[in-house]
Amino acid sequence: MVTGKGGTGKTSVAAALALGLAAGGRRTLLVEVEGRQGIAQLFGTDPLPYEERHLTDAPGGGEVRALAVDAEEALLEYLDMFYKLGAAGRALRKFGAIDFATTIAPGLRDVLLTGKVKEATTRTNGQRRTYDAVVLDAPPTGRIGRFLNVTAETARLAKVGPIKTQSEGVSVLLRSPITAVHVVTLLEEMPVQETVDAIAELTQLGFPVGRVIVNGARPPVPAGRAVTAAELKRGLSAAGLPADGRTVAGLVEEARDQQVRRELEDSLRADLVELGLPLTELPLLPEGVDRAGLETLAAALVRAD
Amino acid sequence: MPSEDAAPPLDVDQILADPGVRIVVCCGAGGVGKTTTAAALALRAAERHGRRTVVLTIDPARRLAQSLGLTELDNTPRRVKGIDVEASGGELHAMMLDMKRTFDDVVLQHTDPAKAAEIFANPFYQAMSSTFAGTQEYMAMEKLGQLHARGEWDLIVVDTPPSRSALDFLDAPARLSRFLDGRMLRLLLAPARTGGRSMFSFVTAGFGMFSKAVQKVIGAQLLTDLSGFVAALDSMFGGFRQRAEQTYRILQARETAFLLVAAPEPDAVREAAYFAGRLREERMPLAGLVLNRVHEPAVPRLTAADSLAAAERLAVEGGHEGTVEVLRAHATLAQQAVRERRVAAQFTEAFPTVPTVSVTAQPADVHDVDGLRTIGEAISRR
Repeated sequence: MVTGKGGTGKTSVAAALALGLAAGGRRTLLVEVEGRQGIAQLFGTDPLPYEERHLTDAPGGGEVRALAVDAEEALLEYLDMFYKLGAAGRALRKFGAIDFATTIAPGLRDVLLTGKVKEATTRTNGQRRTYDAVVLDAPPTGRIGRFLNVTAETARLAKVGPIKTQSEGVSVLLRSPITAVHVVTLLEEMPVQETVDAIAELTQLGFPVGRVIVNGARPPVPAGRAVTAAELKRGLSAAGLPADGRTVAGLVEEARDQQVRRELEDSLRADLVELGLPLTELPLLPEGVDRAGLETLAAALVRAD
Repeated sequence: MPSEDAAPPLDVDQILADPGVRIVVCCGAGGVGKTTTAAALALRAAERHGRRTVVLTIDPARRLAQSLGLTELDNTPRRVKGIDVEASGGELHAMMLDMKRTFDDVVLQHTDPAKAAEIFANPFYQAMSSTFAGTQEYMAMEKLGQLHARGEWDLIVVDTPPSRSALDFLDAPARLSRFLDGRMLRLLLAPARTGGRSMFSFVTAGFGMFSKAVQKVIGAQLLTDLSGFVAALDSMFGGFRQRAEQTYRILQARETAFLLVAAPEPDAVREAAYFAGRLREERMPLAGLVLNRVHEPAVPRLTAADSLAAAERLAVEGGHEGTVEVLRAHATLAQQAVRERRVAAQFTEAFPTVPTVSVTAQPADVHDVDGLRTIGEAISRR
């Protein structure tokens, strides 16, 4: 499970993790559940259907497959399994009834989504699991506790019946050692605060928190001091670059802003270290997350494991 | 280099000063500084333009809330103290949306106390008023409608909920009011009574089956609660829809200005573009795009490649460690700026006439009134 505040890049991190875990001939499934088509956008493919598809090859002969779980489709699939709805099911969808049923009971929606993840995780081909790992691009930190805590949500709704059984099965899996909830953050105040809050919530609910993943990280401030204008002027001249007053002043200003930013980052990093969880830093990719960038992130994530 | 921007510049001061503009709605994806932008604009409207302003925030960061004097969810606007309004005569009030209490108020307004108590006690109401997908969006609209109806503000600045998609802000109220209107609920609870037209009989048959299936899957208890809830709400159905429609019309009026807020990241820009398209479809007035967290090198002439090459030369030479570091940092910044311009251009190409302003990334986070003032100045390019 990969969660994080909106804007921290959790989809990229989830994709990189799926890629990293598939390296060397393994197979992983990358799942999204929020209907955002974030995976398709990241990989520049057509929108993903509710169907497991080959997404990309991983280095060393591995494969990443992708799936966009749709709560409506999952409910229909589920009802069909028990009640053979057939054409009536399709009519219901047209009528908006499915959307309605999943909307009146958000817990129902979530148990369908996590139920699908459970099914993929435990599926086997003969003796072997179909997937070596399933990576979920999970809802953001603000909603993750409620999303994973399916039994509490559905207990309000269903005292007996298949949904109750289903949610109990999901709950056991999500609290078992084969699950890890990773929290992605930036070294910015709000995301770090939400990370701290989410980890407290997840821990209290009994979900195994994996690592804290700092995205877009720059190395800590070097112990040195701020560069002076005179020093910079000499350096620029030595490098054959313009060393006029405006250039020097501009670069000094940039350096000062960086210094402020980095000092703040260092103090936020210290807050994260205090959580006592494994911390992985992914480098800032100034060019954005392209395929090469994803592989850089994948390598960093696997190295950390 | 802002001069390269193809889009016309956004003049925020013109909007904030215009007495004809009574509502500013800030919308966009999560994590782009929407709340901070809303607060900064409201502060500027009060301090600079002398307007009696209220800012409705949804889920502000703790320290930002504190800077506005907000310590808890509180459904009443509180006057923000310690701001500079002596010259302008404006006022700034702020409030944080309490979703549950807003919902309770709506119920109380539409029904007698005995019935209201019955509704409040219903477990389904309790679940829905705090977790229903869309309740927050609906209540934000409701609160906006209330503030507007009171007529005591020159300007209402609204921050929108951090939804899965920014579009939820427009869609959720309609969805929820449709739901509360009870048509679907009645169908679900009393499938037998809805027969009649042969055209629908297939659907109705399907519905009966569906209803049974739902009963089996989620249990009869929910349907019982739901049934009680619907019966109790029966008298209020018309009211919900009417209110949602009223607010919707206010959002279409000339007195409203929508500001899209984005950061130069692909997701945020895509959301902003979707939203701009939707606003156009719904004939809602889009005033412009505020592009936050833009990185601009102070020395734009020095390219990333030249800077990096020079840094490598100096590193080999030795003795200029400080300069090497500055040049490497500059190269990263320059690369980032090029990439951000490319990302932002996707919006500008799709909506070339939408006025845009870029706001440079602040080195540190904002959590006091001075910080908000600085942001306000940056947004208005003063």
